[in-house]
Amino acid sequence: MGKERLVTIRVNGQPVEAQVEPRRSLLDFLREDAGLTGTHTGCEHGICGTCTVLVDGEAVRSCLMLAVQANGRDVFTVEGLARGEKLHPLQESFWKHHALQCGYCTPGMLIAAYDLLKRNPSPTEAQVRDALAGNICRCTGYVQIVEGVLEAAANLREKAETPHGEPSV
Amino acid sequence: MANPPYKWISQRVRVREDRRFLTGQGRYVGDIRLAGMLEVAVLASPYAHALIKSIDVEDAIKQPGVVLAITGADLARDTDPIPQFLDLPRVRWYSLATDRVRFAGEGVAAVVATSRAAAEDALDFIKVEYEPLPALADPEAAMAPGAPVLHPDHGSNIAWQGAWTWGDVDGDFRRADRVVKTRLRWSRHSGVPLETFGTVAAWNSRLELLDVWASHQAPALSAQISTVLRFPSNRIRIHADLDVGGSYGAKRGQKQIALTTYLAMRTRRPLRYLEDRLENMAAGDGHGPDRVFDAELALSRTGECLSLRLHTVDDVGAYVGRGPLQIAKCITAIVGPYRIGSVRYSGLAVMTNKTNQNPYRGFGQSPHNFVLERLMDMAATELGLDRVEIRRRNLIPPEAFPYLIPSGSRYDSGDYPAVLDKALALAAYPNLLRFQAEARSQGRCIGIGIAACIEPSGANTAFFALMNPKHKTSLVPEGARVGVDSRGKITVAIGFASTGQSHETMVSQVIAEVMDIAPEEVAVIRADSLAGIPSVPPTGSRMSLMLSGAVLGAAQKILAKMKRIAAHNLGVDPETVEYAGGVFRRKDGSGAGLAFAEVALIAHTRKHQMPPDMEGGLSELYVMEVPGGGHLPDVAGRMQSYPAYTFSVHIPVVEVNPRTGEVRFLDYFAAHDCGTPIHPDIVEGMVYGGIAQGIGAALFEKFVYAEDGQFLSSTFMDYLLPSANEIPPIKMVEHVTPGPHHPFGAKGTAEGGYLTAPAAVASAVEDALSPLGVRVTELPMTPALLLALIGNGRRR
Repeated sequence: MGKERLVTIRVNGQPVEAQVEPRRSLLDFLREDAGLTGTHTGCEHGICGTCTVLVDGEAVRSCLMLAVQANGRDVFTVEGLARGEKLHPLQESFWKHHALQCGYCTPGMLIAAYDLLKRNPSPTEAQVRDALAGNICRCTGYVQIVEGVLEAAANLREKAETPHGEPSV
Repeated sequence: MANPPYKWISQRVRVREDRRFLTGQGRYVGDIRLAGMLEVAVLASPYAHALIKSIDVEDAIKQPGVVLAITGADLARDTDPIPQFLDLPRVRWYSLATDRVRFAGEGVAAVVATSRAAAEDALDFIKVEYEPLPALADPEAAMAPGAPVLHPDHGSNIAWQGAWTWGDVDGDFRRADRVVKTRLRWSRHSGVPLETFGTVAAWNSRLELLDVWASHQAPALSAQISTVLRFPSNRIRIHADLDVGGSYGAKRGQKQIALTTYLAMRTRRPLRYLEDRLENMAAGDGHGPDRVFDAELALSRTGECLSLRLHTVDDVGAYVGRGPLQIAKCITAIVGPYRIGSVRYSGLAVMTNKTNQNPYRGFGQSPHNFVLERLMDMAATELGLDRVEIRRRNLIPPEAFPYLIPSGSRYDSGDYPAVLDKALALAAYPNLLRFQAEARSQGRCIGIGIAACIEPSGANTAFFALMNPKHKTSLVPEGARVGVDSRGKITVAIGFASTGQSHETMVSQVIAEVMDIAPEEVAVIRADSLAGIPSVPPTGSRMSLMLSGAVLGAAQKILAKMKRIAAHNLGVDPETVEYAGGVFRRKDGSGAGLAFAEVALIAHTRKHQMPPDMEGGLSELYVMEVPGGGHLPDVAGRMQSYPAYTFSVHIPVVEVNPRTGEVRFLDYFAAHDCGTPIHPDIVEGMVYGGIAQGIGAALFEKFVYAEDGQFLSSTFMDYLLPSANEIPPIKMVEHVTPGPHHPFGAKGTAEGGYLTAPAAVASAVEDALSPLGVRVTELPMTPALLLALIGNGRRR
C-alpha cells in the first residue's frame, strides 16, 4: 500500500478529483471515485475489452492503466455518448439491431466502435470485425453488433454531422 | 416466415432492456452501493489436494482496515453444509475448506475489510500449514483401485453411478448388420460470463431481514441460504431488480453466496464479495461437463439406426453442486431427432481435484448431441452412405408426432425433413460439394459439416429423481402477477433477475397482444423473493413457454374479471361481452361500451358498481406449470420430461491449414424451428450467440489441469474466447412448426445454437481432413490436436 495521491481526471468533460492509492486502476477510479459504473470489470488483465474507455482520444483498457497515470487527462466513457435523452447514432443502431443481450460488454463495445468510426468512417464488415476483435462478447456471436456498427457508420456519413461524443478539449 | 396472425407477437419491437445497457445504466451486482460497505477477499489453496495441518489468522486481523477473518472452522461451527444435488451425506461442502483442500484455488480463509485491497493485503498474513497429498486430475484414474480418495468418509471418488435400458438393446445389437463404436472426449469448458460471480449482502436491522443481491441464475436460492445459515427463508430477501452480466447456466454461486451471507450475518455490516477473474476461473464452480464417452450404434445395412449403447464417465470436480445432474438431462431426448428403437445408457459421476462442475447451456445436451452426431458421421463412412442421406433416413417423420421415444418423452411437434431441406437450400449444398471437389483438387482442405439437433425446452426437471430419489421435483413453476391500477395502467411483476434474454420485452409483447395496447405502455418490474411470485430462473430454455404462459394466464384472469364488471354495468350476461381496442362491449356490437380505464376505476373505487360477490382491485397471479409434467419417472426410468422440442440443422464450411492446424470458417449456415418466435431479434441473437459458444467449445475453449491438479488456464490468454474475427457471419433460416403446448405456438430456443455447433464443426473439420485419414473424437480441436491427428493419419 502506498501513500495516497491527489488526482484530477476530466471524465466526459467534468473534472473529478480524488485521493487515490497509487495502485488504484483507472477502472476502479471511474467506478468507485467518479461513481460511473457504466464501465465494467471483465478480465482485469487487458484481454476482454469490457473496460475500454478513451484517454485523450485513444482507446485504452482502463483495467491496465493506473488512475495516477491518467492524472490531468481526458477520459471518455459510455456515459458520455448520449446527450441527455438523445442517444448517439451508435447507441441507436445497436438498439435497432438488438446488438446486445446481457449488456455487460456493451459499454466497452460501444467505445471500441466509436473509436473505429472516428478513425475510419466507412469501414468494411471485415474492418469492423477486426476493430472489435479485442472486445469479447459471450452472448451475441457478434452478428448483430457488426450490423449495428455498419448501420451507425452509414447513418453518420449520411447526416455528415459531427457525432456528439467526446467534448471538445 | 409466414405472416403471423398476431399484432405484437413475432414483431421486432424495440427491446426495452437494451436502452439501459446502451447508456451505461445496467445495474449489476458490482454497481450496488451501500453506505459503509465492506469487502471480502478469500485466501486460495496453492495445492490441489492437501491436509490443512494448521491455520492462523491472528496477524491478518491486526492489519489496517480488517474487520474479521474466518476459516472453514467458523463455517463448520456456525453453518450447515451447502446443499448438494446428489444424495451424499458424507460429502460435506462448505464455502471454505475445513480439514483438507480438494482443488487448487479452493478457499481456506476469508478476510472482511474496508476495501478489497486492504482485505487482499491481509491475506498475506494468514499462516497455513499444508500436508500435500497426491492429486487427481483424471476421472478414470480417480476410479482406479488405490487412488487417493477426496472424501474419505464417503469411501470412494464415485459420487453416483447408474444404468438404464429402454427396449430390447441386446436383441437389436444382435440383429444389426453393422455396429459402429467409438470413444469420445468432451473437454471441460463453460459459459465464462464476462461478469464474474458476485454477491452483496446486508443485514437490514430496520426490517430484521437479510438483503441479498447476487449475480445468479440459481433456482431455490432462498431455501439454500436458509439451510446453510439455519435462518428462516422469509427473512432472506433476494433482490431480482438486478442485471446479471451473462450466465449461460453457469452462475449458481452456491458457496460464494453462502460465504457472503454468513459474513454479513456475522458482522451485521453490508459487504460484498466479487470474484476476480482468477477466482472465477480456478475456483468459481462454473465449469461445464467433462466427459469420456464410450458409444456404440447398431445399424442395418441400409443405414437404419436400431439401437444405441452409451456409457459416460463425468468428471464433476471436488464437490457436488448441480453439475452432475447434467448426466441425466439427455434422457429427455436420448435419441436426438432420430428413430432409434432402443437405448442403454449408463454413467458415473466421479470426484477429482478440480473446481465443481456446474450447469452450462443445455445441461449436458450439447455433449450428448456431439456423441449422436459423431456416430452418424461414422456410420455414414462405414456404410458408404452420404452424411446427409443417413440422417434423412433416420429423422422422425412429421406425421409421427407426438412421437414417443424409448426413454419416455413424447416429442410434441416438428418437421425435421423440412428444416433439413431449408438448411441445404440455404447452403446451396450441391454447389458447396462442387466447390469442395474443385478446391480439394487444388490441395485445399475444405470441409462441410452437418449436424442435426433436438433442443428440449420448457425445463421439466423430473429427471433429477433418476440420479437422486430424494430429489422429487415434479413441479417447476413460473409465476407472474398482472396488476391494473385505478387509471387502467398495467404493471407485470416477474420474479427473477435479467440474464440477457430480454424477458421484460417478451412480457410487454404478450400483454400488448392480449390487452390490445402498445407494448411500451406496459410496465414490467422484477419483484424480490418475498413478493410471493413462485419463480425458477431462466433455465432449460423455459421462459418463452413458461413465463409467457404465466403472463398470459394472469392477463386472462384480469380480463375475465373486467368482463364481469363491464357486463354488470352494461346489464348483460358476461358471456355476451367481448374486449377489443380498449373497450368492453357486447359481442353483437349493440349498445354503449365501457372503456378499459373505466372498468379499472370501478374495480378500485366503486364497490357499488361491482358484482356483489367480487373482490375489489385488479391484481392476479398465475402460476404456469410445465405442460405434461407433474410426474416422477417410472420404475424403468421412463418419464415425460421437457414438453417442447426445438430442432436445428447446422452446415458450417471450414478450411483447415494442414501445416498449422488452423481452422477458418468460409461460411456458417443454420436452419432452426423453435415454433412461433415471440421476438425474432431476440431469438436470432440467442441462436447466433449459442453458435459462437459452440464454436468456442469446438475449437478453442478448455479448462486445462496439469497432472498434479494445478489449473493452467486461469486467464483469457490461456482460456481462449472467440472474438468477432473467429466467429463467421452466420446465415440463418427459420421454419415454424407451432408448438402445441403454447397459445402462440412458441417453444424455447436459447440453447440450440450451442447444442448443435460443436457437433457440426467437428463434422466439418473431420470432412476437411478426411483425405488425410483424420477422425475427430475429441474437442476442442486445437491446432496442436489437429496437427497430431494429421500426423497419425499420414502414418496410417
